[in-house]
Amino acid sequence: MNLIATEEGPRTLQISVLRHNPQDTESTPHWQTFELEEAQSMTLFIALNEIRQTMEPSLQFDFVCRAGICGSCGMLVNGRPGLACRTLTRNLPDKITLAPLPGFELIGDLSVNTGKWMRGMSEHLETWIHQHNLEQTDIDRLEERMEPELAEKIYELERCIECGCCIAACGTARMREDFIGAAGLNQIARFRLDPRDERTDADFYTLVGDESGVFGCMTLLGCEDYCPKDLPLAAQIAFLRGRMVAASL
Amino acid sequence: MQIIYTDVLVIGGGLAGQRAAIGARRRGHEAIVLSLVPAKRSHSAAAQGGMQASLGNCLGASGDNEDIHFADTVRGSDWGADQQVVRMFTHIAPKAIRELSAWGVPWNRVQQGTRDITINGQKQRIEESAAAHGLITARNFGGTEKWRACYVSDGTGHAMLYTMSNQAIAAGIPVHDRREALALIHDGERCCGAIVRNLQNGELLAYVAKATCIATGGFGRIYRVSTNAIINEGMGAAIALETGIAQLGNMEAVQFHPTAIVPAGILVTEGCRGDGGLLLDSAGHRFMPDYEPNKMELASRDVVSRRMEQHIAAGHGVKGRFGEHLWLDIRLLGKTHIERNLREVKEICHYFLGIDPVSDLIPVRPAQHYSMGGVRTDHRGQSPQLRGLFAAGEAACWDIHGFNRLGGNSVAETVVAGMVVGDSMADYCDSAEGALQISTTLIEAFGRREQQRLATIANGGSGENAFELTRLMQDTMTENVGIFRHGDKLKHAVDTLATLQQRATNITLRSSARGANPELVAAYRLQRMLKLAQCTAYGALQRTESRGAHYRADYPQRNDGQWLNRTLASWPEADARLPTLGYEKLDIMAMELPPGWRGYGDKDHIAHPDTDLRQREINAALAELGDNADRYQRQRTLMPFNHLLPAHLRGHNERLGDKT
Repeated sequence: MNLIATEEGPRTLQISVLRHNPQDTESTPHWQTFELEEAQSMTLFIALNEIRQTMEPSLQFDFVCRAGICGSCGMLVNGRPGLACRTLTRNLPDKITLAPLPGFELIGDLSVNTGKWMRGMSEHLETWIHQHNLEQTDIDRLEERMEPELAEKIYELERCIECGCCIAACGTARMREDFIGAAGLNQIARFRLDPRDERTDADFYTLVGDESGVFGCMTLLGCEDYCPKDLPLAAQIAFLRGRMVAASL
Repeated sequence: MQIIYTDVLVIGGGLAGQRAAIGARRRGHEAIVLSLVPAKRSHSAAAQGGMQASLGNCLGASGDNEDIHFADTVRGSDWGADQQVVRMFTHIAPKAIRELSAWGVPWNRVQQGTRDITINGQKQRIEESAAAHGLITARNFGGTEKWRACYVSDGTGHAMLYTMSNQAIAAGIPVHDRREALALIHDGERCCGAIVRNLQNGELLAYVAKATCIATGGFGRIYRVSTNAIINEGMGAAIALETGIAQLGNMEAVQFHPTAIVPAGILVTEGCRGDGGLLLDSAGHRFMPDYEPNKMELASRDVVSRRMEQHIAAGHGVKGRFGEHLWLDIRLLGKTHIERNLREVKEICHYFLGIDPVSDLIPVRPAQHYSMGGVRTDHRGQSPQLRGLFAAGEAACWDIHGFNRLGGNSVAETVVAGMVVGDSMADYCDSAEGALQISTTLIEAFGRREQQRLATIANGGSGENAFELTRLMQDTMTENVGIFRHGDKLKHAVDTLATLQQRATNITLRSSARGANPELVAAYRLQRMLKLAQCTAYGALQRTESRGAHYRADYPQRNDGQWLNRTLASWPEADARLPTLGYEKLDIMAMELPPGWRGYGDKDHIAHPDTDLRQREINAALAELGDNADRYQRQRTLMPFNHLLPAHLRGHNERLGDKT
């Protein structure tokens, strides 16, 4: 591996990981610091694997695509939620702290159960097309047409990767366990936009028309600040709030 | 040990697995999906550029149909595919995409009117018809006659997987994630579920099912440089192999994608070239037309990857910190196009390379990308050797890809195969054959065996390191079983892998962490991956010809006379050094499209005597049919396949230009 050629030579990184293994009754949360030499193009994915392979084989973390598209590796990097796999160490100081995303069940060390949370959100908000005769669609016939621009607008909201960074960055989610967060509200905005979904604003109101939903948002904008996909979350929530107020009248 | 009973057990939560589960569920059977990770994080999400289906809506697609998709796919496979299955696939693909469209995928649509496109380095103005406005559009991809890759920007797999997962949630299908199947339970003839490890707490449990489906994707991680997600370690194919009964097909057929970024090995989509991007060398010269005057950058992936490596070997690579590479140039597509249709590419370039592809060249080199091989199945997706075992998607060798897959045919296969296999499993469960009689003694015996294997790793060994051995395996594969293969290197790989297999039985864990223990996971997966690697290397050593992605520098010709067959690997003795290989002949006399030149790549191949015979037979049959026969009649005369389809998927696909 080639090393960064600076006048001082490669940096030594001090990576402190907040560790805890709930499977082990004797484990308590504690910081453990690892020192490793920085390499060219090193990401936190590369760094954490090097730590596990050469220093601490029990270290738990989640990576799947390691390309910033699957949403598995959300964690707090120096206190801020982000995707570890696409975080280059060269953009970080010598001392790096890594902690699990708050707001989710801890599996161990940096591994949290965002999947369970997101599945619960999907079930609760019914994040699928509601159409009364969906199973009878004749798939031999030409597909239903859609305006090209509308398809692109739906995709804009469909790009959420359920990484959980918006939940970890959310003030309301800290206080209300049942808050569906920006990830959930974005889903409502996405299906509301989709003409294939027959649900009305009144239907959506029953899902998100309270403080666990759109009226729980305090507009602190942490969600949008830390969304790794740059989704327009604040605008969607504001718009949805307006629609839901209208639906409640 | 807890035992969970279900009708259908699907191992793998990607597109293929979830579609198969939905199919079985719709037929009234209980289905459970097992997944290493939350289903929406499966590697299907990484498919970027598109899904092949011959809708024929946009201008570049006009005139497209199943016949052309069929011919492209067979040529792409270098005649290694099962042509009847390719027919099933190309017939169902338009239905699959229309189903997904109804379910919510926001496919990009045709916009009527004029627009500028980039073809062969030049801007061109085209006009889309008003009749096609709002229908699903498509982009150009490699190895195809028509624009056929339907897409959602360059997040196609993500959009498909989310829609599919949401439908599975709507259908109430449980996904047991963070669980890994360690072994298939079987009595020597019938598969009846799996022993499964909970990756949160390390406990073992048994799932007993009438039908079990392997849908775990590919095994790219046996290589060091791969575009695959790190979970793509082929565990589904491996546990099928470890039954000693089920066979794996064409494991030596491994695809290398031309455009992985250097050094991370992350994919940038073929859509870059489909939309008009070019490949340049160290002098900024566009070299592909020199090698492939017909298809240029859009020859099939095996051909483009070989040409790139050939060009680097000839001294035209760009020398960089991480070895040599070439350039992918999409600057000519313009900012608007890139930010709308290639946004993931832009993001990947930004985060991993610190560049903007609107103004900068992208450093690329071919990397392992796809496993054409997998669990061999019949046309309905069932293992011919082990009843009750099914497979779908990349984990399977169904076999529509032969020795090289076309871009966009993999996500198409996942959904199409899921539709077929879901139905097959439902049929099986409904049949007398599907009735399950199983003793708990058998289940417990398999559970004890797996517990014992884990205990052996956890308690014993003589100091070998699981991570280090994994690295050695990956280096061996990348260095010796890559794009250009040679008998000497393959022999070296086979010997090295055999040694590693031996060493992998002596792993000592440094950590005894409670719960899943990532080091233990690495150790037991390595033992299984080594078997897949050996099937790949040994199969490649034995196949003394070049076909599709399998290129032997010492046997550079495709040899239809000797090698028009499918490799079948099994591992009957658990501690054997090598797999047992057999070969399944591909019968030219039953082919709709007899072997010939692909239209790109090398022209010389050794023909089989049946080829001319079959071609004359085809010519005579078509002449007898006369000029009035429509394309369906002509096709039926040559190679009927309709009877192989599930009954509800037999209808003709409607298209814009159809005469009513």
